[in-house]
Formats: sequence, structure tokens, C-alpha cells
Amino acid sequence: MTDQPGANLYLSKGRRTKQPGVRLLHYWRAMWGIISRELWRFVTQRERFISALVRPLVWLFVFAAGFRAALGLAITPPYETYILYEVYITPGLIGMIQLFNGMQSSLSMVYDREMGSMRILMVCPLPRWFLLLSKLLAGTGVSILQVYVFLAIAWLYDIHAPWQGYLWILPTLMLSGLMLGALGLLLSSFIKQLENFAGVMNFVIFPMFFMSTALYPLWKMKESSELLSRLAQYNPFSQAVELIRFALYGQFNQHAFIYTLAAFLIFMTAAIIGYNPSKGMMTRKGGG
Amino acid sequence: MKSPIALSVEDLSFSYSEKKALDRVSFNIRSGECTLLLGPNGAGKSTLFSLITRLYDTRNGRIELCGFDIKQQTRSALAKLGVVFQQTTLDMDLTVIQNLRYHTALHGMGRKLANQRIQQELERLSMYERRFEKVRQLNGGHRRRVEIARALLHKPALLLLDEPTVGLDVPSRLAIVEYVHQLTIEENLAVLWASHLIDEIYPDDHLIVLHKGRVKANGTVDEVLKITHTALIKDAFYTLTQGDYA
Repeated sequence: MTDQPGANLYLSKGRRTKQPGVRLLHYWRAMWGIISRELWRFVTQRERFISALVRPLVWLFVFAAGFRAALGLAITPPYETYILYEVYITPGLIGMIQLFNGMQSSLSMVYDREMGSMRILMVCPLPRWFLLLSKLLAGTGVSILQVYVFLAIAWLYDIHAPWQGYLWILPTLMLSGLMLGALGLLLSSFIKQLENFAGVMNFVIFPMFFMSTALYPLWKMKESSELLSRLAQYNPFSQAVELIRFALYGQFNQHAFIYTLAAFLIFMTAAIIGYNPSKGMMTRKGGG
Repeated sequence: MKSPIALSVEDLSFSYSEKKALDRVSFNIRSGECTLLLGPNGAGKSTLFSLITRLYDTRNGRIELCGFDIKQQTRSALAKLGVVFQQTTLDMDLTVIQNLRYHTALHGMGRKLANQRIQQELERLSMYERRFEKVRQLNGGHRRRVEIARALLHKPALLLLDEPTVGLDVPSRLAIVEYVHQLTIEENLAVLWASHLIDEIYPDDHLIVLHKGRVKANGTVDEVLKITHTALIKDAFYTLTQGDYA
């Protein structure tokens, strides 16, 4: 039996108020709990890890190798010399890993909501924005692990960046991962059923990836379509890819940073509203 | 002297677009009391639970948990609440102990206290030996036990159970019913148990019969039998729901 039956049931409201230090500790423990759960899940789901890596590697080994001859690339910043197409596409594929990971998190949020495990998170005594942010950080952490494994394989394939670049991209991966994860979170607040997720693939992931600078530079796109190049320019995914591309070569792309940060803040705010029971879509879902 | 009120629901209404799911629902639940919320499918039980757990917003009416308004003092109110949802909400790929540690982290417990509580709750439910097993390997009854243990880890004042015995075999069901009733006596815990299984009711229980979003009866088993002029709960229930219960 427990130490004292009903001991802490009816403490006065005053005594229940936590000291700031205790509250901070609660926040820290909860965040770490959410992150470690995500890491455990990641470790136990090997298929998820492998498929997350296979996708960009196929693009790198098959698609990029095929396009190498067809696509000539002029010298554009941050590159200081002519580069192979595989080198150009690498930051785009890093973005792809994070984009798919963000959507995977979104999918798991919808799944968790359908299966009910999301409820456990939502009924814990912490603000929802904090819980969502923790979930987002956990997903971003997983995507960063995937990116570094991908970069290690790419390095073996003779795609080398300056060694500092591998350090510089860490903060940018954090920001781009958060931005793409927040987008996934926002989408998950709209998606009512798991089956609707295919629509996200068709209407969000593919257009976002193909209408970006991940596969071709803007000037190349402009040659064939002005509209496409403009769409790619305003696509937040392009900005995230450019941020990563510059960081990988030890440079800071301020415009891409501000754009990505702004997109993150917008997506995150909208997602928090989406998950707020008094303002969002939660009230319209399920029940009975 | 009466026990303190753990849950107070006052004039609560809720609608899905045009359809009214709850209509001016009011009741109190006191500590040490096991209250069964009975109602046929679509009576509004799940909606009521979603409102108490703040998954839905309370627009009309008021819900208080141990004196904390769920809308204004959400976190203080939720800290007093333990929930077992109708669907399993455990992570199948994680072990029992990983699932429980996740919950203790969400409630801000340190490792030492968390381990103590986990051991305590799992031992009470004879599940401690199985703590390193993946949830996927457990049967339905054992998963439910883990969920009940989890809901009690942070020592809530009120335990909400949303049809926790659905799909379980008779021995597992009886064990859970027995255990939860025991908690109200030994832990002075307030329990709100949504069910449509009449054999889960004990003679000392409190009953709330919900039908088409309205409270049709609220009182002890004897009181409900008296107002319906019946001798058996199933007849009382049939009378109150006008035969809609299948």
C-alpha cells in the first residue's frame, strides 16, 4: 500500500503552487522524458531508421549519378569552384531527410491521436505549447542523427565538405528541423484521420521538395519557368536548404536564416492554436 | 462529516455543430466514492470525459477538480487527475517501465521517487516482475493493469476510467473492478467510472445515469432503485433510458 492513504489529495491551493526552481525542474524532466521516449522509439524501430536513410541515398547514388552528365552547374555561392551534381544535391537531400522526418512526426501525431496515446501527453499538467515544442525538439533530434549518418555515408562516397562545415550545420539543422517539424505539427492538427495522410504526401511533401532549390539552383529553374523559380524562391523549404548549404561550407546565409526562423514561428504559432482546445480544431474531432 | 468534493460539474452543456451531446449536466463526486457513470452508446459519456480532461473546451458550464477550475487553472486541476482511457494509450514498442517512466517525467517526478512509485504501483497489481517486458507482449488484462498503475503514479485525487474493462475476459474484469473499489477505501480516492456493464456496480457505489446528454438519475444504488420503483439495477437502467439501452 502507499505511504499515507490520501495523503496529498487536498492540499490547499497555496501549498500546491510550485516554486520557480521546482517548476523549471518539472519542465526539464518532462522535456527530457518526451525526448528520450522519441529516441527509444527510434532505436527500437530500425525499419524507420533504414527507410529514412535509403530514400536520400537512392537519390544520391542513382538520381544524382544519372544527372551528373546532363546538368552543368555554374559557380554560385557558397561554392568557389565547379562542383559535381552530387555535391550540389547533398544539402537538398539533408533537407529531404528533415522534411520526411517532420512529416513522419506529423503522421505519428495523427496515429497517436487516433490510437489515444496523444491524450496522455495532452492531459499532463504542463502548457500545451511546451509539450508541442518538446515533441518537436525530440523529432528534430532524431532527424539530426539521421542527417549525420547520411553525411558519413556521403563522405565515403567522396562528397566532402570542410570539416568546420560539419559543425556549422548543427545549429542550422536544429532550425530547419524545427521549422519542418512545426509544419508537420500544424498539418497534424488539420488531418482528421490517418487515411488522409496520403493527401499530405501529394499536396505538401512532393510540391515542397520539387519546387525548391534542393534539386536545381534558382537560375536554372528561371531558364525554363519564371513562375516556378519564384515559387521555389518563396518556398520555406528552399530557404532551409540554402541555410544548410551555406553552413556546410562555413558561411552564414542571413536571408535564409531569417526566412526559416519566421516560417518556424508562423507554423509553430498556428500549430499551438490548432492544438488549443478553446481555439483550435480539437473540439471538432471525434468524441461522442 | 461529508468527504471533500473531488469533482464538481455544474450546468455543463456541449454540442457538436447542431447535435447536443451534453445538456446542463451537474453532479459532484466526493473522495472515497466510486461513482459509476452509466449510459447507452451516444449518451455523452466520452464527451464528458473529454471535457473533464480538457481535451475539449468547456464553453457552457463549469468543471472543478479539487476546487481548481479546469478552464482557468488547468494545470493545477490536471495534476489532480489520473485517467485510464477506453483505448490503450501505452506505447507498444516500449517496455512497461519505459512507459511508466515517461508518465512520471511528464509529472515532473525525479528518478528516485519515480522508481519508488513504479515499484509500489506495479507490485500492488502483481506486475513488477514484468516491468522489462514490451507492452506488445502483454495480454489485454495486463495492459489495463499497467494503465491503472500509470494513472496512479502521481497520486491523483480523482481517477477517471472510461470503460476500462471492455474486451477483457471475466477474471481480468472482476480483478480490475475489485481493485478499483479497494482504492476508494484504502486511498480515499474518488473514482468516476464510465461503464455500460451493470455487473460492475457494487452496492455502496454511487450512480449517475446519463441518457441523450442528460442526467437521468444521480444517487446511491438504493436511491436510484427507489426513484425508479425497481428492484434491480438493470430494470432501473431500462426504465431511465426508456429501453434505448441495448
